[in-house]
Amino acid sequence: MKHLLSTLDLSRADAIRILDIAEEMAAVGTREVKKLPALRGRTVVNLFFEDSTRTRISFEAAAKRLSADVINFSAKGSSVSKGESLKDTAQTLQAIGADAVVIRHGASGAPARLAATDWIDAPVVNAGDGTHEHPTQALLDAFTLRNHWARVNGTSTLGTDLAGMKVAIVGDILHSRVARSNLWLLRTLGAEVTMVAPPTLLPHGSNVWPCTISYDLDATLAGGIDAVMMLRVQGERMHASFFPNTREYSRLWGFDDARLAALDAQGQSETIIMHPGPMNRGLEISSAAADSPRSTVLEQVSNGVAVRMAVLYLLLSGDQQRPSGL
Amino acid sequence: MSNDANAARNLAPKTARTVLSSEDIDRVLTRIAHEIIEANKGTKDLVLLGIPSRGFPLAQRLAQRIAATEPGLDAAAIVGQLDVTMYRDDLRHSTARTPLPTRLPAGGIDDKVVVLVDDVLYSGRTIRAALDAIADLGRPRIVRLAVLVDRGHRELPIRADHVGKNLPTATTEKVRVHVAEVDGVDNNEVIIEDAA
Amino acid sequence: MSTTNTAYLIRGAKPLGTEATDLLINDGLIVATGAEAATHPAAAGATVIEAAGQIALPGMVDLHTHLREPGREDAETVETGTRAAALGGFTSVHAMANSNPVADTAGVVEQVWSLGRRSGWVDVRPVGAVTVGLAGTQLSEIGAMADSRAAVRVFSDDGICVFDPLIMRRALEYVKAFDGVVAQHAQEPRLTEGAQMNEGEVSAVLGLAGWPAVAEESIIARDVLLAEHVGSRLHICHVSTAGSVEIIRWAKSRGVNVTAEVTPHHLLLTDEMVKSYDPVFKVNPPLRREADVMALRAGLADGTIDIIGTDHAPHPSEAKECEWAAAAMGMTGLETALSVVQHTMIDTGMFSWADFARVTSTAPAAIGRVTDQGRALEAGEPANITLVDADARWIVDPAAMATKGRNSPFKGLELPGKVTTVFFHGHPTVLDGALATPRIVGAE
Repeated sequence: MKHLLSTLDLSRADAIRILDIAEEMAAVGTREVKKLPALRGRTVVNLFFEDSTRTRISFEAAAKRLSADVINFSAKGSSVSKGESLKDTAQTLQAIGADAVVIRHGASGAPARLAATDWIDAPVVNAGDGTHEHPTQALLDAFTLRNHWARVNGTSTLGTDLAGMKVAIVGDILHSRVARSNLWLLRTLGAEVTMVAPPTLLPHGSNVWPCTISYDLDATLAGGIDAVMMLRVQGERMHASFFPNTREYSRLWGFDDARLAALDAQGQSETIIMHPGPMNRGLEISSAAADSPRSTVLEQVSNGVAVRMAVLYLLLSGDQQRPSGL
Repeated sequence: MSNDANAARNLAPKTARTVLSSEDIDRVLTRIAHEIIEANKGTKDLVLLGIPSRGFPLAQRLAQRIAATEPGLDAAAIVGQLDVTMYRDDLRHSTARTPLPTRLPAGGIDDKVVVLVDDVLYSGRTIRAALDAIADLGRPRIVRLAVLVDRGHRELPIRADHVGKNLPTATTEKVRVHVAEVDGVDNNEVIIEDAA
Repeated sequence: MSTTNTAYLIRGAKPLGTEATDLLINDGLIVATGAEAATHPAAAGATVIEAAGQIALPGMVDLHTHLREPGREDAETVETGTRAAALGGFTSVHAMANSNPVADTAGVVEQVWSLGRRSGWVDVRPVGAVTVGLAGTQLSEIGAMADSRAAVRVFSDDGICVFDPLIMRRALEYVKAFDGVVAQHAQEPRLTEGAQMNEGEVSAVLGLAGWPAVAEESIIARDVLLAEHVGSRLHICHVSTAGSVEIIRWAKSRGVNVTAEVTPHHLLLTDEMVKSYDPVFKVNPPLRREADVMALRAGLADGTIDIIGTDHAPHPSEAKECEWAAAAMGMTGLETALSVVQHTMIDTGMFSWADFARVTSTAPAAIGRVTDQGRALEAGEPANITLVDADARWIVDPAAMATKGRNSPFKGLELPGKVTTVFFHGHPTVLDGALATPRIVGAE
């Protein structure tokens, strides 16, 4: 594993390995000394062309728990905002001696470019690129799902996948890197995925995706779902006529109190509600749903650190010269 | 190490010779168990931490023998597993290793007498890593080391307190420890292979 | 008129791939063919070009070239672009109007025209902008450009669609006065806001904003109906979708005076290439699906699509060494056009070399009203001749090209067909596959 760019080309074995390692990393988070020396002396650069405080601090915590040095490079107010190219930034990081680059970029494929060019040799971790992928988010979601699935089935988590699990991903699929990364990874791990969205927020060409597509959230929930993943929807989308207004959106595709009550009424006591954050309370998810015992929002955040530790550990340990990629 | 051992066993090298049989291992473990009790003047505060993969089943066997000497002592309560992967000094150079769980006994390790248990003592680097790992987990009163085989060639100032068998080897040779818990039923032996 | 012309005897070449023959060139013209060539008085002392086994073609004419000068000389100049054209087998190129300043006045088109004359590698025919500054709101001085020394006949806002239907109608009508043609870049702007690649299964996975086929097809449908209504000539640039081919086929069946062009890259590459996120594959219109590629080939074979236009679009390296969304659109194409068309059309059995000559020379010359190009390889005709070693194979190396642009999507690909020799009005601009000398004409 040289880079982590997408979940589309992540093998089942590699995915399970990351989740298994994350399990051990999570245990570190419960200790008094929350630190491992594995990446001592290595430098991880968080290269954020887009603001994302939560993702950045999650990667930062992960790198620091592994004893790596962390440099945060934010594009705002830096040379990048003055027109410096991705290439020049990458070459600068190479010259500084970055051992790994965690990149968040508004352009789909920017991490793939860094990985494919000779601008920088370091392993590249995609921390979200445009509307393409956000693989560590999908891994932390899969980790959360696997914990839940093992609990429900009374099995152990290590080495297992999500076979038989039914997951609904709801909301702005078109613009969501989280949805794409989750779809590929959950399928690789054997889960069944239903995408629920207004037709305007499904990408043209998604009809061939390995999932069920639904326009009806209530029908999907009534069909029996083990986890509902709500996606952030931006209110501005209504100005581009993706939906008439936020009121209609949340009535048809939001996880509101009525749907929460319906889950209870249908006896779906084990169904969890997930959200990658940050949440728009009252738009795609009601406060009652976000704060209910079904909600895994905070568990996802804490799992994020463990999963990112596992990824950084795998990319930065082992022989870097070995030509293999994800 | 398990992958290497499995692969090597499948290849069945011609020059492999057994240096400890299953019975030898039983006898040696019994002796080490007694030595541990004697050094500790009893079983009070004893914790056995096995280093995966084969140190852990050896620690379990030692714990069973120690518990047998004292009615009411539960073997499971004094044994744990200590993974040292993240503390190794060769993480950059070998292929990426998958860490295994670290599990401490319920009583923890603070102020305990911790006996580290491993199958083979060689360069000493694994034990160095284990000492660092222990320091992050608590503060034992004493840390001792028990190994099934000491094959020499130390690269660090580390020695074992309890040794099953001192085994003079050449660096070109490989020492393989097979224990049933890891390597399958009735597969208990220590063999030396000529790596050539 | 000529100061450097001498006689050349091409021996054993196969005109349009037919029987081997000799061609004698003197003073800018083909003066004899066949058995008469060697016995003609001018043959004495003629330089002999041994061309046994090679294909002789009328010099290629590109209706769609971006020479970038004036304004973007860092990307290409008339000199470098026409060197590339000559090496690619061309004897004439049409320089698109989206320079800086835009070629929307007689002054700019005459500047480009005279730069072409001075370079002397091919005939440079400037394309005039349809609207002032390509802004789509006000017709440019079409008449002045037509009447200038550049004698512009092709008008295009290429790169931008003439979207306003009323402006398009007026342009179609107005150019009739000058026997001109409007070459439309068919792209519905609202449907392609922020578009990065073909909209379909690949864009859905890559998370790149889609450029739907309907954005091209709807404009073509509108424009063929407009052309029919006003009885004008219409040319469609770089047709890229199966649906566009259908609409043009239908329009032609109704007798609409429409012609259409396809680029070599749209005949070979698909949107699968974008999976690398390498901006060398970023182009407008975008690379489409396999089914589109096949429909374009079929449309070219059955005459629905009239010509090959390279849409040669060189860019400086920094415009491509970046993330996909920030990269410029466009690919170089002059030096690979012949090989790609041979590979996709001739080596697949869909095309003869006569068909090749039709779509790369005769038809584009006719559309552009270039009277001394695209002619038969017969005595008395201007000696614009390209010789091709069709059996040669070569590996595309952008660094070795004459164009300044290094943005060839065919980099590393092995392709058939090598241009060995080009005669431009009887003067050899390319010999042994390398640039010879330009054809210098006296100041006028």
